[in-house]
Amino acid sequence: MLADKDRIFTNLYGYQPWNLKAAQARGDWDDTKAILAKGKDAIIEEIKASGLRGRGGAGFPTGLKWSFMPKESKDGRPSFLVINADESEPGSCKDREIIRHDPHKLIEGALVAGFAMGARAAYIYIRGEYIREAEVLFAAVQEAYDAGLIGKNACKSGYDFDVFVHRGAGAYICGEETAMIESIEGKKGQPRLKPPFPAGAGLYGCPTTVNNVESIAVAPTIMRRGAGWFSSFGRENNKGTKLFQISGHVEKPCVVEESMSIPFSELIEKHCGGITGGWDNLLAVIPGGSSVPLVPAAQIKDAPMDFDGLRELGSGLGTAAVIVMDKSTDIVRAISRLSYFYKHESCGQCTPCREGTGWMWRVMERLRTGDADVEEIDMLWNVTKQVEGHTICALGDAAAWPIQGLIRHFRPEIERRIAENVREAAE
Amino acid sequence: MPKVTVDGVEIEVPQGATVLQACELAGKEIPRFCYHERLSIAGNCRMCLVEVKPGPPKPQASCALPTSEGQEIRTDSEMVKKAREGVMEFLLINHPLDCPICDQGGECDLQDQAVTYGRGKSRYDENKRAVTEKYMGPLIKTVMTRCIHCTRCVRFSEEVAGVDEIGALYRGETMQITTYLERAASHEMSANVIDLCPVGALTSRPYAFEARPWELKKTLSIDVSDACGANIRIDSRGREVMRALPRVNDDVNEEWISDKARFQVDGLARRRLDKPYLRRDGKLAAATWEEAFAAIAKINPGKSVAVVAGDLLDCETMFAAKALAGALGSSLLEGRQTGLSYDCSNLAAVNFNSGLAGIEEADAILIVGSQVRWEAPLVQSRLRKAARRGAKVFVVGPEWETTYPATFLGNDLAVLDKLSKDADAALKGAARPALILGGAGLGKGALPACLALADKYKLVRDGWNGFNVLHMAASRMGGLMLGYAQAGGIADLVAAKPKMLISLGADEVDYTKFADSLIVYVGHHGDAGAHAADVILPAAAYTEKDGTYVNTEGRVQWADKAVFAPGDAREDWTILRAMADALGVSVGFDSFTELRAAMAKAVPALGREGLADYGALPKGKAGASGTIEAYPIKDFYLTNPIARASETMQRCSAELLHGADFAEAAE
Repeated sequence: MLADKDRIFTNLYGYQPWNLKAAQARGDWDDTKAILAKGKDAIIEEIKASGLRGRGGAGFPTGLKWSFMPKESKDGRPSFLVINADESEPGSCKDREIIRHDPHKLIEGALVAGFAMGARAAYIYIRGEYIREAEVLFAAVQEAYDAGLIGKNACKSGYDFDVFVHRGAGAYICGEETAMIESIEGKKGQPRLKPPFPAGAGLYGCPTTVNNVESIAVAPTIMRRGAGWFSSFGRENNKGTKLFQISGHVEKPCVVEESMSIPFSELIEKHCGGITGGWDNLLAVIPGGSSVPLVPAAQIKDAPMDFDGLRELGSGLGTAAVIVMDKSTDIVRAISRLSYFYKHESCGQCTPCREGTGWMWRVMERLRTGDADVEEIDMLWNVTKQVEGHTICALGDAAAWPIQGLIRHFRPEIERRIAENVREAAE
Repeated sequence: MPKVTVDGVEIEVPQGATVLQACELAGKEIPRFCYHERLSIAGNCRMCLVEVKPGPPKPQASCALPTSEGQEIRTDSEMVKKAREGVMEFLLINHPLDCPICDQGGECDLQDQAVTYGRGKSRYDENKRAVTEKYMGPLIKTVMTRCIHCTRCVRFSEEVAGVDEIGALYRGETMQITTYLERAASHEMSANVIDLCPVGALTSRPYAFEARPWELKKTLSIDVSDACGANIRIDSRGREVMRALPRVNDDVNEEWISDKARFQVDGLARRRLDKPYLRRDGKLAAATWEEAFAAIAKINPGKSVAVVAGDLLDCETMFAAKALAGALGSSLLEGRQTGLSYDCSNLAAVNFNSGLAGIEEADAILIVGSQVRWEAPLVQSRLRKAARRGAKVFVVGPEWETTYPATFLGNDLAVLDKLSKDADAALKGAARPALILGGAGLGKGALPACLALADKYKLVRDGWNGFNVLHMAASRMGGLMLGYAQAGGIADLVAAKPKMLISLGADEVDYTKFADSLIVYVGHHGDAGAHAADVILPAAAYTEKDGTYVNTEGRVQWADKAVFAPGDAREDWTILRAMADALGVSVGFDSFTELRAAMAKAVPALGREGLADYGALPKGKAGASGTIEAYPIKDFYLTNPIARASETMQRCSAELLHGADFAEAAE
């Protein structure tokens, strides 16, 4: 279990005020000038050495991502940092806690990261539904401006850095990095084709890096405590601490900072008071937010909660939004609900996702009631394969994977429903 | 020049080519819906997926993927076949099975590609999506349930037309393409989205349910609605022209045409002159050809004859009339009906010298007295391209809505002698400066001053001639080459008081000034000219005769005859040939071939397809004065007798320009 002294987010539960004074008392903004004084390359090297992987879901090494940005502008274009606070993945709720209780970690992180990649400004794109959180963030940014921590000559470092907060309008797809860029530019939130990647031509055609809130917010602490400290947690290639968000059928659902690679059972027992009805009552777990395939109870119990460990199980860490389902769950209905979510949130730009998500959801609804043929399970599998990997962005994959997980692990349950429905119809 | 392998065949492709282009170079057909050569790349239909190594182990959208050295591209693998089948299945699940009542049937990309790349049968059992109908104006018929969301129409209106008229609403499977607030699309080239639409979502409203593509005879022709000479294809059935479509010609119209060029053709069947008329007791009465020619012979004008040419004429007609007038001993020829009298002694000074395609390359453009959007929509699209590439545009004349950033320098032509600092600096600093002089500028005598500017800003330099005159009549350059220009313009004809005035489809002339002349109208529509005529000889419209046309850049092009003229109407040259007999003179040709040969002998440039060479620009003379109060075109949709007779154009004018409401019949 992670010791209290090793926690980065020391006000995760809001026991203390979020404001600048309290944040400074917790150690934020402590001689940020000195961090910046180390220089761009030193910061990037330190982050690389810490083994920090992006906390938004894909797990791309953060330091490496920053290093893709041009060292200096050759054509006069500025660079931008976009911070993805459009936390809309069902099950995810970590960025929300950071923003409402510890916003200065994020703003300081924005400065450090922005400085490291040579960005002129950071845009924090906050989810539209986060109204109170946005209010806090606006106020915190204003506080930081007033204190001279950001803006002209940020932290007296001689570096000019602005932070803009941009509110979304409630579209899940705007959490995709290029759709987010489109949305900030005032266009319809639709992912762009890649290449060109944002590091070459992103926001307003300028080099841009899009990072998750958590990835940015941990950066100042890593710089203060050192890459060695951060990488002392977790397994090789899965370093650091991570905010886990456990929801569903556990005694005490919570958001908690833990070491990466913590076994699932330990995470649940230590922080959540166990599964409702005990471990025998566990049916399945979606370990990384709605878009990763579920993992049945037998496989998840001892699995290390990290990127590689969960990939070996055919799933993924995603945002570490752990959705626990006990045996009272109608698993087909649960996945069907997720399918509806993806149908609803598809941007409609490219064909497989636009047409496929609706088709998959409709078949899932019939599988839920058993009003289908057994062959349709295979057809549905086939359709998910036709969507997966054929789309512009990853939403197609995200829509396909939960269904694939369901069919892979719970095919007998689906077939049982079909058989019962056939019997009912016959009677 | 990267080398790539397509299906095992190594080829070299141009730098910056996409994988799709590489496949096409290798002779492989890549199915596509959203990709279009002249629009930006959207990559959203996913039909063009191919397998590319190195790369992720999934199919890639070839339209958006740049080629790189050593790429291995496969278009025939199992993965690609499956991907295409999958995408095609997705496109079809919500596409209605209404091909039998769809106007796109027979020329539908979705139909064709479904046959080639789709599965044999559908696995989709759920209900299909239905989309509420949208209103896109009098030209574009919508059946949005058929839409496959390729966004070609959206990109066309944004990028080529330069107006944000069409866009997408909502998201996911409820995404809908519509015009802004369901208002009519009102851009002059809006109907090109009909051609762009790969399915039957956007079809031609006037042509709805009229014909099937396989019933139509296709004839290559040239558009006469403006002076650009857009290359068109006339689709006809029997004696009726059903529609006009653009042909691809990168030098002239790329693959667009204006809405007027496309939809004025229904005017070819209305208000037609299908028999000769004679004015008896002040009233026009039907007559026979013999009676008509007898009336002309009776006048026996001798030398006292003048010819005024209309805007839609082919060169052959004008040459035949010139030969007739010449045989009678007259050289009173004029084509500039509204009284323009600019100097035509050097045709280079009245030509669009940079070329329609060339103007795209200009980096500073001064427009003098031209409302380009209405006078030449195709030039407007080129100017927009130039502006998107960074060209600075300045306009002298009343303000109009450009679709690109432009600076208006006022209505006073005196500004030409002392251009604003910005304009002066832009033209001086430009590598390829250009000037476009339009009808309003010519009317105010700005030609010498503009020629002086050509000198001042060195518009003519190595490999570049930026001095351009933009005409509005399809017959103008041909007419000028044939000598249809008097020093004083049409006033010279008035002053000559001819006994007989031959009007070749000239409908813009003020005939009250010719009250003492016998007016013989040779034309095809019962418009202003026919009303003023004493003798009407029914002739053929542009679709009904072979003809040579010269566009505003001096490009000689040939059009073919698509259908026969209605009723007793005859091809123009035969009428003039017969008139020569009636007047007892010889014009020197008895067949169309002989006529063409004689014309090519008289004006060799008219015998060769392609750009005519007019030589060097003459010197100008600074000092312009006058104010451009208005542009000559008052109503884009009603500029010529065919368009004025067209129901579609009348409705466009009423609805799009004058805001009239039309009740939609309940369907």
